[in-house]
Amino acid sequence: MIASPKLACRNVWKLYGPNADAFLSNTPSPDFDAVKSAGLIPAVRDANIEILDGEIFVIMGLSGSGKSTLVRCMSRLIEPTSGELFFDGQDLRKTSDKDLIEIRRHKMGMVFQHFALLPHLTVLQNVAFPLTVQGRKKPEAEARAREVIDLVGLQGREGYFPRELSGGQQQRVGIARSLAVEPEIWFLDEPFSALDPLIRREMQDEFLRLQALLKKTIVFITHDFDEAIRLADRIAIMKDGAVIQVATPEELVLNPASDYVQEFTRHIPRDKVMSVGAIMVSGANGAGEGIPVGAKIADIAAQVIDAGEPLKVIDADGQAVGAIDPAAVIAVLINRDA
Amino acid sequence: MEHKQLISRGVLVWGVLLFVTWILSRYGIGWAENAGLNWIAEYPSAWVVPLTTYISAAMNWLVEDANFGLFTFTEMTRALSWVIEQPYLLVRALLAEGFMQGSGRRAVQLFPPLSWIAVISGVVALGHYARDWVLAALVGAAFLYLAVFGQWESAMITLASVVIAVPIGVIGGLWLGILAYRHPLFEQVTKPVLDLMQTIPIFAYLVPILFMFGFGPVSALVATVIYAMPPMVRITTMALKSVDPEIVDFGVMTGCTQRQMTWRILVPAALGSLMVGVNQVIMLSLNMVIIASMIGAGGLGFDVLASLRRLDIGGGFEAGIAIVILAIAIDRLSQAFAERSTRMVPSVQGNTVFARHPRSTIVVVIMVLAFLFGQFIPAIQTYPEGATATTGAFWDDGVKYLNVNFYDQFEAVKIFFLSNFLLPVKRFFLGIPWVWTMLMVTALGWTFGGWKLAVLNVAMAGFIAMTGMWEKAMITVYLCGSSVVIASVIGIPMGILAAVNDRAGRVIAVVIDTLQTLPSFVYLIPVVMLFRIGDFTAMVAIVLYAVVPAVRYSAHGVRSVSPELIEAGIVSGCTPRQLLTRIRLPLALPEVLLGLNQTIMLALSMLVITALVGTRDLGQEVYIALTKADTGRGLVAGFSIAFIAIIADRVILASARKARIRYGLESVHD
Ligand SMILES: Nc1ncnc2c1ncn2[C@@H]1O[C@H](COP(=O)(O)OP(=O)(O)OP(=O)(O)O)[C@@H](O)[C@H]1O
Ligand SMILES: [Mg+2]
Repeated sequence: MIASPKLACRNVWKLYGPNADAFLSNTPSPDFDAVKSAGLIPAVRDANIEILDGEIFVIMGLSGSGKSTLVRCMSRLIEPTSGELFFDGQDLRKTSDKDLIEIRRHKMGMVFQHFALLPHLTVLQNVAFPLTVQGRKKPEAEARAREVIDLVGLQGREGYFPRELSGGQQQRVGIARSLAVEPEIWFLDEPFSALDPLIRREMQDEFLRLQALLKKTIVFITHDFDEAIRLADRIAIMKDGAVIQVATPEELVLNPASDYVQEFTRHIPRDKVMSVGAIMVSGANGAGEGIPVGAKIADIAAQVIDAGEPLKVIDADGQAVGAIDPAAVIAVLINRDA
Repeated sequence: MEHKQLISRGVLVWGVLLFVTWILSRYGIGWAENAGLNWIAEYPSAWVVPLTTYISAAMNWLVEDANFGLFTFTEMTRALSWVIEQPYLLVRALLAEGFMQGSGRRAVQLFPPLSWIAVISGVVALGHYARDWVLAALVGAAFLYLAVFGQWESAMITLASVVIAVPIGVIGGLWLGILAYRHPLFEQVTKPVLDLMQTIPIFAYLVPILFMFGFGPVSALVATVIYAMPPMVRITTMALKSVDPEIVDFGVMTGCTQRQMTWRILVPAALGSLMVGVNQVIMLSLNMVIIASMIGAGGLGFDVLASLRRLDIGGGFEAGIAIVILAIAIDRLSQAFAERSTRMVPSVQGNTVFARHPRSTIVVVIMVLAFLFGQFIPAIQTYPEGATATTGAFWDDGVKYLNVNFYDQFEAVKIFFLSNFLLPVKRFFLGIPWVWTMLMVTALGWTFGGWKLAVLNVAMAGFIAMTGMWEKAMITVYLCGSSVVIASVIGIPMGILAAVNDRAGRVIAVVIDTLQTLPSFVYLIPVVMLFRIGDFTAMVAIVLYAVVPAVRYSAHGVRSVSPELIEAGIVSGCTPRQLLTRIRLPLALPEVLLGLNQTIMLALSMLVITALVGTRDLGQEVYIALTKADTGRGLVAGFSIAFIAIIADRVILASARKARIRYGLESVHD
């Protein structure tokens, strides 16, 4: 089955500064320095991205690399300088303001880095807010709000005001609020980076649990590589406004598109990214019950090394496809290039 | 090195120019007369453009003949005035006069005003609702004071105009502020107008208002609203702009319409700051009380004004204190409401009306009971006159005592200042040939703000000369200038002390807060008491009123020097004294300049009030125009004051900006 793109960006540019439009139509594909020397800020340069239905798509990059700007273009919070955007095949840049309001009310959800909760409303009112904006009746909106509040584990705090909650709890409210309208696409802009590491970990687990339940299409921004590889189906790496590589975590590590990406991925514990398939010897024979070809090295390392001999690798249908050698596993564990 | 030389060369040049000015002021007129060039020294009266007459004629035409097709100008102002007057009359009847049928002597009271007991229980309930019993007790006591000291009826009339002016100011300001937030173009148009209104002293527009709406409470209300609204516009735009951008994005992503965005996201999220604006509107409205009484507002302001005119110190003092007490009560109450709005008090649930609204229920019950019993027991309806206390005699005696026993001392102080400071300064300013002054004003503009400011300054100073206001303008400059100098000499060191010494800071903060809550003219009363009328009295009153920002801004400037710089100073071995003189003071300079700017603005806005003590400046000109309803004269004098204010404002702001750029606190471009 080929998944259809839920959201697609074609040649999206966003330049800040005076007369950005004129500059871009005169110089069709300027490089970074050309934009800079024209006195403009290249926030997003020629981004091409397709986000598939039901995947977790992570956008990564250093601070200022244009992640937020790209996502704000996707949600049309800001107007791209040029380029096309398709949502479910619909051209978002040609959509009228009125239709855009409808799309946002029913199909898009967004979670913000600093939560963006309304300080004057309680947890319940905050979560019900997007529903009341749609004009739904208060009892109905509040009933639905209670459901999502339960979902994120905040039952009992409905009457609290945001400032009475911890950071993690506030972000749970943010998540519940964005889920209340059952969006089809869910944007999360560094949702956990304002939280301390322990809570962040907990929230990532929570996030994965919710996604297993809801199966949304997700665009997730982070500048934390560990977070990215934990959550991502695919990762886009941005630098100076340009998307330099879009790939699965494993591909990024195995085939970095540039030195920059390689540098980025250098300190990644490879055993958590690479799967058995990447280091097995195809067609060889091995002992044992069979190890799934898609398993991550980290999960099977102990088993292979303890066995002390090559073990059989099987595919999803249970067929033997090759063998995995303990030496290869050890090489990955100590981060030596194969 | 080079930098330093540049600065001291600037200082040298201005020093020389000042010296030349002084020489010219002493001998210039004589020289000019000898050389037969009188026009250089004094603006020839033959050159005066009779703008005053033209304006009066134009206004007459507007009122008598102007016609917009469907209706005339007069009909328009009448209609407007009717709309404003109705709610005012209603509130005034409710609080002070009762509802009448018929007019004049034959009027019959249909329904009495709210009894004093009902009003007091109302404000106590408000105080308790907004914060706690302490506040309730404070505002209750304040209103009780008004009853006991016989100021009740006047106070209620004043309160009625505040009750009408404040909502108009708040809603109008909110509306304009939201418009400016939504439409950058509208903001660009309103911003200079607001800037201008902030620098124009109120009375520049008193006369035209008087002319359009006639002498009476409507004119007073209009003037009050115009005076009190601009800060609300500004604060609204600023507050909406400073709502967390993430929250704004959230609103868009939720699919809010523009209206939902404004009323469900922006305004609630900015409520805290907006309430500061409301508090400002209230305080400014109260500040206008006496000035408004010059064009027909009754109440406490009128009492003070009347007493001042009669030199009835006791009466003036009593009414003045009543205004202060009313102002404090309303100020504390509105501040408590502002805090409450950010504190998020959950609403109370309950089954009965009483359980949900306990305070309102009690107040309504008290009102009804007071009305019923008031029919039989007059003391419940109106505070019995026999039980009022008066402090008038006390103040009169106090003044008498001071004057009998310390007359010589007060006179000595007064004469010392007059002969050693005020008169020389006056002679200095009046002596400078007007051509030279024009040159200097232009040069100032050029140095600090480039050719644009130079042109602006020439045009404005030229207006003053051309309309024949030159001499009065110079007296204005002298009076304000001397007051500002004294206010700075007192205020800036106080501010610095407050910043470097915590204990002193706390004491000074209390003094400053009190001074700021008092309506401007209240300062005049004790000063008139001690020094009688004249320039010295005016100066003391202006200094008292205008010293506040000098203290505030200097303290703020010294305090807000970056702690890293201070640490850098300490590490490089500065003594505390060196820290102050080498690091804190120079870096605080831009802020101190802004304070100076505010001081000048406040000083200029005191002028029409000091006109009451017989000054001979532009303020007096406006005051006279007010009493004669002479639009042309009032407008021209008002504009002249405004232009002096604008010149001072622009030059000082430009120099503060220069200082900030020099210290790298602001970039050259924005
Ligand atoms: N409104 C704006 N005006 C001018 N420049 C902007 C604006 N918004 C963003 N930029 C610039 O665009 C570039 C990309 O910004 P963006 O916020 O998208 O980065 P980011 O990758 O989200 O960074 P972070 O991790 O810090 O959130 C930055 O150089 C930023 O300074
Ligand atoms: Mg960002």
